[in-house]
Amino acid sequence: MNTIINFLFAAVKNGAPLLLGTTGEIITEKSGSLNLGVEGIMALGAFAGYYAGYKTGSLIMAILAAFLVGALAGLIFAFLTVTLQANQNVTGLTLTIFGSGVALFFGEILIKQRPKLSAALNALLSGTEIPLLSKIPVIGRILFSQNILVYLAIIIAVLAGIYLKYTRLGLKVRAVGENPAAADASGIKVALTRYVNAMLGGGICGIGGAYLALINGRGDWDNNSVSGQGWISVALVIFARWSPFGALLGSLVFGAFYVFQIRVNDIVATFPFLGFLSKIPNAFYSMLPFVITALVLVISSVQKKKVGVQPSSCGINYYREDR
Amino acid sequence: MKKRIAFLMAAVLVMATVFAACGTKPTPSASPAVYKVGVIHIGNPEDGAGYSYAHDQGIVEMQKNLGLKDEQIVRKLNIGDTDSAATRTAIEECIEAGCKIIFATSYGYMDTMEAMAEEYPDIIFSHGTGYKSNGKNFNNYFGRIYQPRYLAGIAAGLRTESNKIGYVAAQPISNSEVTGGIDAFAKGVAAVNPDAKVYVKVTNTWFDLALEGSTAEALIDLGCDVIAQHCDTTAPQIAAENAGVWGCGYNSDMTDSAPNAHLTAPIWNWGVYYTTAVRAAMDGKWEELGNYYGGLKEGFVDISPLTKNCVEGTKEIIDQVRELMISGEFGVFDGKQVVVENGKVSLVDEALLDNQGNVIVEAGGPCLDDATIQGKINWYYENVVLQ
Repeated sequence: MNTIINFLFAAVKNGAPLLLGTTGEIITEKSGSLNLGVEGIMALGAFAGYYAGYKTGSLIMAILAAFLVGALAGLIFAFLTVTLQANQNVTGLTLTIFGSGVALFFGEILIKQRPKLSAALNALLSGTEIPLLSKIPVIGRILFSQNILVYLAIIIAVLAGIYLKYTRLGLKVRAVGENPAAADASGIKVALTRYVNAMLGGGICGIGGAYLALINGRGDWDNNSVSGQGWISVALVIFARWSPFGALLGSLVFGAFYVFQIRVNDIVATFPFLGFLSKIPNAFYSMLPFVITALVLVISSVQKKKVGVQPSSCGINYYREDR
Repeated sequence: MKKRIAFLMAAVLVMATVFAACGTKPTPSASPAVYKVGVIHIGNPEDGAGYSYAHDQGIVEMQKNLGLKDEQIVRKLNIGDTDSAATRTAIEECIEAGCKIIFATSYGYMDTMEAMAEEYPDIIFSHGTGYKSNGKNFNNYFGRIYQPRYLAGIAAGLRTESNKIGYVAAQPISNSEVTGGIDAFAKGVAAVNPDAKVYVKVTNTWFDLALEGSTAEALIDLGCDVIAQHCDTTAPQIAAENAGVWGCGYNSDMTDSAPNAHLTAPIWNWGVYYTTAVRAAMDGKWEELGNYYGGLKEGFVDISPLTKNCVEGTKEIIDQVRELMISGEFGVFDGKQVVVENGKVSLVDEALLDNQGNVIVEAGGPCLDDATIQGKINWYYENVVLQ
């Protein structure tokens, strides 16, 4: 039993940065912008968050810095695609290369300072038990004995879900994502909506990057902390079917795959009937999230239902004079 | 007419260059002031700990010993050792910068180095941690790191309370360097703590902060209270520190990264070799050097100073065992084992067994030869559990 609890604990911990990246991208896509720059935005957020945390010793400053830099990257995206009408796919890919490059450049400079986080910040990041809730058997350990950033990720995802689904503001966002011309006709400011949500989404992706640098680096700066997790986040948007609530489940599943390759033999030792699992090479488990994403993509494109599909104007620029 | 003269002059120049090149000896000797040394790093030594840092400390020591200036050292950083195109480019850049000897510090550079040694016969190629050489301008250098690993195993075996020791291994059983290191460490544990088991988890990568840290956490979840490692980041030690257990690092003293966890780390003094090699190359005595395989005796490997986290009496035992290794009485992979009685160390005959019950060396038998240790240890010692 402990093996499974520890496994799920680690799955939540490793899924949280994906949850942030996915939630950010969902908000962006819901407003009709397909931003493929998540990988680059997370790299920028990783650097900004770590640098601020290292310089100030404050977690709040780290989160703020990561959010602001992420939002700035979102602003660049919105300016290029909304105002200048640049192709969204190309802009997103450029943002990935640009963000990763800039982060790597400053990261190399940062390495020379041997940046270790302060002991106090490290202790704060290593975990905080929520009083009472953490005493609940099983769930208490898995969900309520995590680090502060995990709680933040879950809160952000839930708030984003409520924002998009249950608020008037969210309704406008969805209208812009589905049919910007109709939204425009009903008086919704399409350009403003896309700007704000690209920045909001970018900021949340940035916090996801900060998570990778602060938590997975364990107090050391790691120049490669993002390494592909931004792309997994983009894939997770499809898995989550454009719902932050779906992202909660999706990030847990993908986090579980990441830790499964490390812990498969522990699980087999507890449940001997699963012995065949340890015969499979680790590379297979690293590959699984992508295979599952591909399957979800196929299934969702075959389905005729209108729920849980990509917003119909996502990836298409809105040009008023075209109406 | 002018054109023809120009052409003739160009032809003469080309001929002169060709003849001059033919005249170059494969063992260059040059004055110390212009001799340039190239180093290919897999990481960034400025990390301040770990594999590339340890190598670079050795380069700096060599530079001091031989009085070379900073501009005589050409460093290439973050060169992936599975990327042969990047390796080739980095080495070519070193050659263009005027380097006469090039050290490549990671295993995967080996085949590129071997090929380029043929193309550039007047450049010396020295490759760390591999096994290939050509007897001329391409050698390999490595060391008996299993000796300090055995000593670290003693510190860990004395320290553990749960009798479960975790080991984050970079490569699977097929890699003799990693597997031999695990076996030596585990035999050191068994010498002082017959009840303890060593739980090994393989990451399949040399350098991945997140994965190595997560692997250490998985071992701690299994109940391990000492985390040893054969991988290049400090993440396993920091994971041990955060969880309040102990650890043994690798490559360089990792006490700074984990002040309340770290016991000791098997370390390299690469400077011992780099000084020897560059001096030989500059003096034109390169071909006398051959391949290099140093140990405790040469001061090429050791353990970092034992910290306050070790149990009392650890140092006394380790010092005695170290003497047995330096004198050659105890070879680690032989039919002998250390026993400790009342703090006194002695050797007894004991068969070397793997964890399947096979006898590797009979009781009292001789030590495995160097070629076997370097390339053919593909079994785990009897107290090792692959997890």
